[in-house]
Amino acid sequence: MSSFSFARSLRRALLIACALGALVFFSLALAAGEPHRFDDPSLAGRYQALTEELRCPKCENQNLASSNAPIAADMRDRISEWLNQGRSDEQIRQALVDRFGEYVLYKPRIESRTWLLWGLPGLAVLLGLVILGLLIIRARRERVSELDERERARLAELLEKHAPEALDEDDRQEPRS
Amino acid sequence: MRSRLLLFIPLILFVALAVFLWHGIGRDPAARTSALLSTPFPSFTLEDLDDPAVLHDQSLLDGQVSLVNVWGEWCPTCKQEMPQLLDLAERGVRIIGVDYKDTRDNAHAFLEQFGDPFTFNVFDPDGSLGFDLGVYGAPESFIVDANGVIRYHHTGYITPADVDRVIMPTIESLGP
Repeated sequence: MSSFSFARSLRRALLIACALGALVFFSLALAAGEPHRFDDPSLAGRYQALTEELRCPKCENQNLASSNAPIAADMRDRISEWLNQGRSDEQIRQALVDRFGEYVLYKPRIESRTWLLWGLPGLAVLLGLVILGLLIIRARRERVSELDERERARLAELLEKHAPEALDEDDRQEPRS
Repeated sequence: MRSRLLLFIPLILFVALAVFLWHGIGRDPAARTSALLSTPFPSFTLEDLDDPAVLHDQSLLDGQVSLVNVWGEWCPTCKQEMPQLLDLAERGVRIIGVDYKDTRDNAHAFLEQFGDPFTFNVFDPDGSLGFDLGVYGAPESFIVDANGVIRYHHTGYITPADVDRVIMPTIESLGP
């Protein structure tokens, strides 16, 4: 029985290994299907950064680097072409925004239309600080001031007079065991 | 009394946030305004679909209001759109086709089967004009005024209701 289950788990392990191998093979094949070669390694880095920060217009939540949509492939081709022509990152971003709209920017620009988006976290922190400040000021104001010499003497006198009684009362309320 | 009223502040904030988010939740996430509205039609030089010797460029759009329709044989919704385009052509609308990422043979077979509402067809096998138009799928349509400026951008197919609701009124508002 134990040799049977060993064979089964071995077979399962082999199957998983085959699946993983196939996955690696096909992802390599896919990556090789679309070569973007740059003579200058800094261009390759910029290409990678741009395709990772820009959004595919066809697919809502994929960047250009990870999308298989035909339009994303076209955009990657165009980006590498523009990089080789010596265009700056900002020029490339702008060229794509001019065609596909601000949708392609995962990080919206700061302008009148987006102030709420960018400003809200700051406003929330500011509001929190104001509330915290007000609470601290109120707590300070309510703190009991230190007793002076005369008040301390009066307190001792009062305790002397009334505390034993109070203690007796407390004793009476204590449950008997 | 004053501190009692202050207790309502979180509730008011919550209601404001709820209204704001409710306003956005029903929206189509794919809907967005085109970046090309009010800009001149991008420049291009491409062959005619029927005759490779004929070259078209953006001057094709000058002098007359046109509907530019981006289509392809490979696109299933383009087939559903053809009756509406034929209807528009019958009403006298000048329709310029952009045959997008297609082959000539497939395109001709398509026109044979579904009818040909196009005044001209520009052949765009690499999708270069489509790219400059910000097209990320087909069909898409643009209404271009007599000065070659894009006035309307329709993503997705034109439904029979769209013909009378948006397409015709937009074309008529731009003059003959």
